[in-house]
Amino acid sequence: MKIRQQVMVLYLASSALDAPVVAWAFYDGTGKEHHMAGDQAMPPYKTGLHALRDGWRLIQASPLVSHEGGQEFRTDYLKYEFFFEKLVETDQ
Amino acid sequence: MMRLLSSTDMAHFAARGFLRFDGIVPADINQQFLDEVGDVPVDEIASPAEHYARVMARGSIPVIPAGQPLKQAYPEGGAVHRMLCLPEVAGAIRSLVGDNPGFDHHFLHITFPPAFYGDDMPRAQHTHQDSTIDPRSAFDIQIMYFPHEVTADMGGTRFVPGSHLRRVSEAAISRYQNIAGQQHVVCPAGTLLIMHMGIWHGGGANTSHRVRYMFKIRMYPTQRQARLWDISDLPDEHFQQRPIFWTGGARDPGDIHTILTQPEPWFEMDTSRLEYINRIRFWRYLLGDEQFDADFWLTRIENEF
Repeated sequence: MKIRQQVMVLYLASSALDAPVVAWAFYDGTGKEHHMAGDQAMPPYKTGLHALRDGWRLIQASPLVSHEGGQEFRTDYLKYEFFFEKLVETDQ
Repeated sequence: MMRLLSSTDMAHFAARGFLRFDGIVPADINQQFLDEVGDVPVDEIASPAEHYARVMARGSIPVIPAGQPLKQAYPEGGAVHRMLCLPEVAGAIRSLVGDNPGFDHHFLHITFPPAFYGDDMPRAQHTHQDSTIDPRSAFDIQIMYFPHEVTADMGGTRFVPGSHLRRVSEAAISRYQNIAGQQHVVCPAGTLLIMHMGIWHGGGANTSHRVRYMFKIRMYPTQRQARLWDISDLPDEHFQQRPIFWTGGARDPGDIHTILTQPEPWFEMDTSRLEYINRIRFWRYLLGDEQFDADFWLTRIENEF
């Protein structure tokens, strides 16, 4: 058996981990699941906290960044990004 | 006689970044377009490269230098010219980018079914914003023309309503696989999607048994984009403020203030307010009037002494 990483990225509605999921992505290091853009209509979890309760380990969260003068109202990338992982055994 | 957009149409465009016209192109133009490009039964296509080469060799979609007037880009009587001359299409173009838009580029996107991928699965295109970081107030539009019916398994264009005012760098957003509120184009033949250049989008995976075509034209304004639409329906009280937060009941969904402050499912809690501010600024640009505000979002932060 080998250990492989599954990565889930959740984008939340605020910096709180119990805020609703507004966007998401999966990358499966076991090769069993193949996800791509636009392949799911519903988020996998209601909030980031629900993912923790299901065994996902939080490995990175977006910092809160102060707003540069003159750029206070600029919007660009999704703001509250949380990376989760699961380490799973696979025989592949 | 062209049919200009209404103020309500324009407010929806300002807020969501797109307008959709289902089945607006008549069947004879759609068939002419497919005939001109050289659509053939899927079993007559050897490979994607061979089919693209064949379509390009026909020359029915002209090779046009960027910067030409759009009016001179397509031969009269051709399917694209006829499509652009439809009253609703000509009116929408005039309303958004003016009388004499310039031609930026066009491309015929052809998406092939799984049989052409061998052991691989067809993959959806990553979500992206076209071109590059674009900080202008002026805006280009892209017309996406779907000349035949697009069923769900054909992987019609996926796009994210309300994403057009986010300033990102093209494919930097590829990581976002799914976004709440994303839409997939499933439509009857002859449907047009007219998009602000900033809309996040990507082509879907075609898992059907037939080839999918989508023809895209990007065009730009050559004039200030202020009050180019039919403004006869702009309400007299357009600049008046209304009660906010403690509102005493439901809002009129057709009110321009309501349209500009309607959140998308993917908006973050705090940045939704920034989106409203950016929409209001966009509406000011479209009106050519810096006095407009919706629900006091800009008046409050402009109250400086």
